[in-house]
Amino acid sequence: MTNEVSPLTPVLTKRWLSPRSWTIGTYEQLEGYTALRKALKAHPDQLIQLCKDSGLRGRGGAGFPTGMKWGFIPQGDGKPHYLVINADEGEPGTCKDIPLMMADPHSLVEGIIITSYAIRANFAAIYVRGEALHCIRRLNAAVKEAYAAGYLGKDILGSGFDLDVVVHAGAGAYICGEETALLDSLEGRRGQPRLKPPFPATSGLYESPTVVNNVETIASVPFIVNGGSDWFRTMGRDRSPGPKIYSLSGHVTNPGQYEAPMGTTLRDLLELAGGMKDGIPLKFWTPGGSSTPLFTAEHLDVPLDFEGAAEAGSMLGTTALQIFNETVSVPWAVMKWTEFYKHESCGKCTPCREGTYWLTQILQRMVRGEGTPADIETLLDICDNVLGRSFCALGDGAVSPITSGIKYFKDEFLALCETNAVSTGKHALAGAH
Amino acid sequence: MTVAPEKSAELVVPEGHVKLTIDGLEVVAPKGELLIRTAERLGIVIPRFCDHPLLDPAGACRQCLVEVEMGGRPMPKPQASCTMTVAEGMVVKTQHTSPVADKAQQGVMELLLINHPLDCPICDKGGECPLQNQALAHGRADSRFHETKRTFPKPIPISTQVLLDRERCVLCQRCTRFSSQIAGDPFIELLERGAQQQIGIAQEKPFQSYFSGNTIQICPVGALTSAAYRFRSRPFDLVSTPSVCEHCSSGCAERTDWRRGKVMRKLAGEDPEVNEEWICDKGRFAFRYATAADRLLRPMVRDADSGQLRESSWTEALRVAAEGLAKARDEAGGVGVLAGGRLTVEDAYAYGKFARVALRTNDVDFRARPHSAEELEFLAASVVGTSPESGGVTFRQLESAPAVLCVAFEPEEEAPIVFLRLRKAARKGRTKVFHLGQWTSPAVDKTFGTLLPCVPGGEPAAIEGLFFNSGTAEAFEALSGSGSVILVGERAAEVPGLFSSVLRLAERTGAKAAWIPRRAGERGALDAGVLPNLLPGGRQVTDGTARAEVEQAWGLAAGALSAEPGRDTDAILGAAAAGELGGLLVGGVDPYDLADPELALRAIERAGFVVSLELRPSAVTERADVVLPIAPSTEKSGSYLNWEGRRREFGTTLDGTGALPDCRVLDTLAVEMDADLFTQTPAAARANLERLGATASTRRAEPPAVPAPPAPGAGEDGVLLATWHQLIDNGSLQDEEPNLAGTARTPVARLSAATAEQFGVVAGEQVTVATERGSVTLTAEPADLPDGVVWLPLNSGVSRLRRELGAGHGATVSLRPQARGGNS
Ligand SMILES: Cc1cc2nc3c(=O)[nH]c(=O)nc-3n(C[C@H](O)[C@H](O)[C@H](O)COP(=O)(O)O)c2cc1C
Ligand code: SF4
Ligand code: SF4
Ligand code: FES
Repeated sequence: MTNEVSPLTPVLTKRWLSPRSWTIGTYEQLEGYTALRKALKAHPDQLIQLCKDSGLRGRGGAGFPTGMKWGFIPQGDGKPHYLVINADEGEPGTCKDIPLMMADPHSLVEGIIITSYAIRANFAAIYVRGEALHCIRRLNAAVKEAYAAGYLGKDILGSGFDLDVVVHAGAGAYICGEETALLDSLEGRRGQPRLKPPFPATSGLYESPTVVNNVETIASVPFIVNGGSDWFRTMGRDRSPGPKIYSLSGHVTNPGQYEAPMGTTLRDLLELAGGMKDGIPLKFWTPGGSSTPLFTAEHLDVPLDFEGAAEAGSMLGTTALQIFNETVSVPWAVMKWTEFYKHESCGKCTPCREGTYWLTQILQRMVRGEGTPADIETLLDICDNVLGRSFCALGDGAVSPITSGIKYFKDEFLALCETNAVSTGKHALAGAH
Repeated sequence: MTVAPEKSAELVVPEGHVKLTIDGLEVVAPKGELLIRTAERLGIVIPRFCDHPLLDPAGACRQCLVEVEMGGRPMPKPQASCTMTVAEGMVVKTQHTSPVADKAQQGVMELLLINHPLDCPICDKGGECPLQNQALAHGRADSRFHETKRTFPKPIPISTQVLLDRERCVLCQRCTRFSSQIAGDPFIELLERGAQQQIGIAQEKPFQSYFSGNTIQICPVGALTSAAYRFRSRPFDLVSTPSVCEHCSSGCAERTDWRRGKVMRKLAGEDPEVNEEWICDKGRFAFRYATAADRLLRPMVRDADSGQLRESSWTEALRVAAEGLAKARDEAGGVGVLAGGRLTVEDAYAYGKFARVALRTNDVDFRARPHSAEELEFLAASVVGTSPESGGVTFRQLESAPAVLCVAFEPEEEAPIVFLRLRKAARKGRTKVFHLGQWTSPAVDKTFGTLLPCVPGGEPAAIEGLFFNSGTAEAFEALSGSGSVILVGERAAEVPGLFSSVLRLAERTGAKAAWIPRRAGERGALDAGVLPNLLPGGRQVTDGTARAEVEQAWGLAAGALSAEPGRDTDAILGAAAAGELGGLLVGGVDPYDLADPELALRAIERAGFVVSLELRPSAVTERADVVLPIAPSTEKSGSYLNWEGRRREFGTTLDGTGALPDCRVLDTLAVEMDADLFTQTPAAARANLERLGATASTRRAEPPAVPAPPAPGAGEDGVLLATWHQLIDNGSLQDEEPNLAGTARTPVARLSAATAEQFGVVAGEQVTVATERGSVTLTAEPADLPDGVVWLPLNSGVSRLRRELGAGHGATVSLRPQARGGNS
């Protein structure tokens, strides 16, 4: 329904421009903690149902239905339950969770309390990327304010429900955004993904039932409680309802966060962001961070929701739109991204660890002008051996830029080989055997 | 009723099982089985690196990918068959039937090789390397990798005996998972990430584990190598002989690899009932003692003129020995036999029979360590004859027991494979392990155990109080669960009343008691009748029916065997020292292992005639009249009885060295004395022993009934000594192996903070523990011991308690801080 740009009333970002929006005072003036009061009067199961009805899907990248995830937590099992907020925000280009926590940390805190109440957790942790120091301070201040106001701690608002929240600083590893690696890291171990099953819902933090949700996912919850599921579904599209924060970076006039309903197109978002910088035409872009296959100018009208992006051959990911104009070399950008994955591969499994190591070197060599057409075949074959063969999704994401870059811009890779052939005559030497 | 069609009749799916298809073959598998194992049962081998049947799945290497279809729908990605379990109706396609699986496996193999050095020609693993084998079977012939390989400086020592070549490592995590899951020694860990990920150790903290050698064996590449074996030989040059470990009473299956008459290495053999696939480092590395330069190869007799030992012929040595022994037997009060605790059943039998037939005495004892009459009664009433077949306690039962109580038994130090089973049982959460001891040793932690603390000597009182004490009632309750077990170790013989209390506790709780001696030969010697009160097969010397059976089988005149129990080790030594025994026949006994080494040395000096059967010179050799060299375990065949009473038979590894087993030497010696043992070979000895069969006598030995004494105190000025052997210590079977010695636990004196304060001892500084005989000085380390107790290792480094202090577990010793020079 909202495929055309409707002058949208912001939801998630509506308080961001208010003075001292991060304080509890401002938050409470702007409906803050009203959803909590409402939620605490409901039965937890009703909240899980509400979340299911709203159609809310995870905003951390995979888009898993949030209400269903909460429903997986076994009830009456006698074990402690945990809520863990994934605030690691490591996907290249992604910049939505940190601004949200900077500008409106209480919306996350309120969402945490409601969610914990729903899944019967008395302990929640926010796992924040360690470099985001300022953000960690904001969160700590907000948590402190919430304790002082009686929203956290024992017997919250006389409901009999207890909740403690801690803010945990990670050490800045991309893999620690993967939910099971995050849990290991939170437990004080090396952050490497765990074998699934068991899934976190049955055996997560300290082997207890655990929900891991993204910041934006949980910050959406108070709005759903106040507005109801039908209201939530008036935004976005049927299978991907609700509002979404799109982060636009790169060659746009006004990079930043733009809230729009799910399914908004890049064309519309570019309009909001003042168009391409200096009017230089768009060449390629990522719909949801570098782990999602590239799009080109052909894809300006793809509705950016889970289905729309998938149907067009990519993924919604974290709605991190990295936008590149015609001045940027695709092989060079692909090489840079691949270097990132090589640096961030956790090393646990062979395909990702060795694959990114190899791919990086081939790309670097090609960019230096020492590639051959056979290298392109090798690149694609290695990608085929990594994609779907790795232990976790990092490996899958690592090959996205390469396969999609070659798919749309093979000429540029071939052109690099031409330079090689012309300038050195060493055509057959490197990598051709 | 109609007959069901053939096919479905063939594959009935029992309760708890599922039916699936692998490469077109239908198969029934128990729920929870991993695909890789189900396939293997069908003979379909899926390549793998990280998978190991005894380790928790990791899914790290991705070599074992297969295609899987569930409910008619193919899964979008190939699946790791080492982590996925079977399910009803699953259709699995391995590399044999799926191009996707085949390509996935080829791809992983290629990726594993890009950073792997072309080291094979100089790598220890070459020729037995899973990576090499699988690369040849499944890999491509040439490489597409033309970039720069990752390299590391090589090798780095993980410990004194394990070296790591990081660039060979395929990061399968077998070694780290072994250490953390099986051994419980997580000193070896993954470090860094991505292609820089590597195995490493904490800084300044070497990989300290009694089980580290297993990581070398299960490493699927040559990344972990043994310092002792590195570059010594190629696998294809070695001959492999199945063998049994000669060290402790676990009785591990081993494989001995040798070349040109020399043992090069030992590996763990597979035996699911006993050691599964693991052995301890002592069993793996301690074998060079047998080739020490001082090994005795020729018989020696003491020259009448010079008083010195000189090499002689076998004929002469045996003649002199026979004459001397016969004279001592007939004219000088008799001969006592000290057999030692490291004999095979066959050799032990020969000692027992030699004593009875050739020396006509029951003065024979295998216990070359502190012992007691109560222990004899315990062994005769509760241990001899038990076996897995007769319902005795087994390794497997430890795994399923609701509770296990270790009494005067330190599993990790004394029977490491028992320790591994206890840890496995406890890790699965099935078994609660209790340790009646003095402090929270590493084994207590690693078996997730509970320490029931008591002072040394206070064990019987603690057992009697178990039920009444609120802190320990839980243990009593747990032991009352059906299938519970009490394990009692060798130092129980130093605590009066302990065996009796153990039996009373077993009776009250219904738990089964088992005896776990430290040495490999003790259990066999017990059953072979190498004790003053027992003939072979648990027959009591005092039992007429039993004696008659033996007399008949041995071809002796009726009444030839004495009905009087003989002297035990201490009494034999006492009698010899007092001049009441004219001769001693000593097997592999080190006087410094005995309760009172001074008495032992005096006795050997004093005995008119001493024959020593030994591998290498000892304090006995210096005082012997005749020295007869015998074969080490690699140069003979035979069998051990492990603590379970399970027979562990092994063949000769190194044939034709000319070294003779004890049974052969004794047989010939007996012939010189006009007696026939029929023990010319281990096989003959075994046959002779088996002819005896089980006894027809119904007489049961009376269990000991010593009342539990009150817990002792050490008086005002002294403290009580707690002590036991550490696995890797000064034991002579570990000689010649410096790399192994490097992993021994540092000897320290442990005591409580209060005791330290009382005696002015400062943690980290030296403390001297003394008796009237002598003293030992070690670094003091605080531990959770009861007050008024000090713990020292029995025979580690300078801490040689029997030799220096003449004291053992439960003795009273004095304690003082070692004055530091120049410190005012
Ligand atoms: C390599 C990798 C990195 C990830 N990083 C993040 C992250 O930084 N933040 C996040 O919310 N989810 C991240 N995820 C996704 C999480 O695993 C998980 O799906 C998500 O936190 C679930 O929350 P949601 O259902 O609310 O989206 C990552 C996944 C992978 C494979
Ligand atoms: S794909 Fe493998 S190596 Fe890469 S991050 Fe995941 S588990 Fe680690
Ligand atoms: S050292 Fe060997 S066992 Fe350990 S991770 Fe490397 S390859 Fe595996
Ligand atoms: S053997 Fe299955 S992933 Fe390693």
